[in-house]
Amino acid sequence: MSTTSGIPFKRKKTRKNTLEFHIMVWIPLLFLLIFNYGPMFGIVIAFKNYKPGLGIFGSPWVGLQYFQRIFLMDDTMRALRNTLIIALMKVIANLAFPVCFALLLNEVRVRTYKRVVQTITYLPYFLSWVVLSGILIDLLSPDGGMVNQFLGFLGIEPIYFLGDKNVFRKTLMVTDVWKNFGYNTIVYLAALTGVDPTLYEAAAVDGAGRWKQTIHITLPGIATFVALMTILGIGQILNAGFDQVFNLYNVSVYETGDIIDTLVYRLGIQQQQYSFSTAVGLFKSIVSLILISLSNFLANRYAGYRVF
Amino acid sequence: MKEYASPSRKVFLVFNYLLITLITITCVLPLIHILAVSFSSSGYVDSGLVTLWPKGFTLASYRFVIKNEKFWRAFGITLLRIMVGVPFNTVLAILMAYPMSKDAEQFPARRVYICFFLFTMIFNGGLVPTFLLVKGLGLLDSVWALVLPHALNIFNAVVLMNFFRGIPKEIEESALLDGAGQSYILIRLYLPLAKPCLATIILFSFMHHWNSWMDGRIYMNFSDNYPLQTYLQTILSASDNILLSAMNSGDLQSIADMLLVNGRNLRASQIFISIIPVLMVYPFLQKYFTTGLVIGSVKG
Repeated sequence: MSTTSGIPFKRKKTRKNTLEFHIMVWIPLLFLLIFNYGPMFGIVIAFKNYKPGLGIFGSPWVGLQYFQRIFLMDDTMRALRNTLIIALMKVIANLAFPVCFALLLNEVRVRTYKRVVQTITYLPYFLSWVVLSGILIDLLSPDGGMVNQFLGFLGIEPIYFLGDKNVFRKTLMVTDVWKNFGYNTIVYLAALTGVDPTLYEAAAVDGAGRWKQTIHITLPGIATFVALMTILGIGQILNAGFDQVFNLYNVSVYETGDIIDTLVYRLGIQQQQYSFSTAVGLFKSIVSLILISLSNFLANRYAGYRVF
Repeated sequence: MKEYASPSRKVFLVFNYLLITLITITCVLPLIHILAVSFSSSGYVDSGLVTLWPKGFTLASYRFVIKNEKFWRAFGITLLRIMVGVPFNTVLAILMAYPMSKDAEQFPARRVYICFFLFTMIFNGGLVPTFLLVKGLGLLDSVWALVLPHALNIFNAVVLMNFFRGIPKEIEESALLDGAGQSYILIRLYLPLAKPCLATIILFSFMHHWNSWMDGRIYMNFSDNYPLQTYLQTILSASDNILLSAMNSGDLQSIADMLLVNGRNLRASQIFISIIPVLMVYPFLQKYFTTGLVIGSVKG
């Protein structure tokens, strides 16, 4: 076939093909435009004193008044502080514990045992925080809950895990790790299997025991991956876990446990302070956007990580 | 290669197995405890005597729950949202994943579309504007408010997209030579090959709809319209009296049961019933969750 008669044929085929692609893409894109990009126009509420009766266009402009209020009000600064602290605690714990558990599990040679452990530990990940909080509220109750009973055997006074503001953040951290470590362990185990086995053999020949092998081969081998997970975790640092906090918190722990998302929910849905709630949410979204973009950029630079 | 097991290694292994087993057990203990509480009578539950085995074994709280219309209506609504929502999620994920999996030379506009899709992962309008939109569309108090807003799950679509990318191009090319259109290629060739990945995203979609509670809370004005998790969420903070009176049906068995039942074991039985579907489905499909997770997160 000569090239001159081939080119017009090919051009016609390509155009036809991409038309089908365009049609396919526009169906989900429509949903996205309505439900994800549509609300973005509603963000103007943060700059207006929105009154439902007047509608979005009829409500008066107030400029940056609500944004100023964010920095002046104790509640918002408290929520910001709690969010950062809780999220940081969770990033560290959700890295340290699963990595250690994966390392320990990696030493297990019996495959069925390994699989059973993974199956069981992965289970809490699939339970909703509603269900888990129902279970935890019962378990952690200072008045007959199993954990405090056990502490009683050891001679320790009952601890108000969910009611004492000094303990609440640690409760959040520990229960979050408990729920997610099965999921995270699977990911880190996969990373561990990516370490070149011949390195271990060479080290064994050189006389290195399992512990030395772990320190000098395994840890450096997964270091890049752990760094990647840390960077991505920092990008999410303003998401301290609404589902968990909302279902476990109560007024007595607001001081250490109220996070930005729970504040936004209370202000917006319960107190109908639509404008202020939107302003706080917008503030969070913008900072998140910067953090996530930054973290993804760093992840790409140092670990070759790309979302697509 | 058999490892030389020194004494210290043996000791380590023993401790290792013990530690891992202990940690693993903590994942099941809470569920066993809840199960035990749900089958126990209120006297024992209140005195905190129930740990892992029911005391004063009774089916009273389960009888109460079975007669509780609100619980089953909420259960039904969750089933409804699953039957409507999961197909929506899956179809939309496929429609996005397939074109996006093509190269830029085959589909140049891909880059633009991908930016549109991924931007929504890092920025959105926020709680109040989304609520006002759903309200403005007249979707409040309908199952569509639970299905449509997150009908396209970008994460699922990206997982599927990466899977499609892994399918050899030759399949598509030979089909194109034979004169096939892209929709034919997608439906007859790519989808059958993607069955494991599709199973994974269907399961993730199922779990999302099963566990989702906040959308029910904000978009439903009447508690009759709550899906299961939202309903559970309201009873968890309800006091014992409200709980009992709301569930009272007045027949003789109920009156007898009321002595054996209190807030705690009622909540326990409702919680347990709500996780039965997850527990039943989970062991068989766990391998899909694991492979899907690995596809989605560990890159190269």
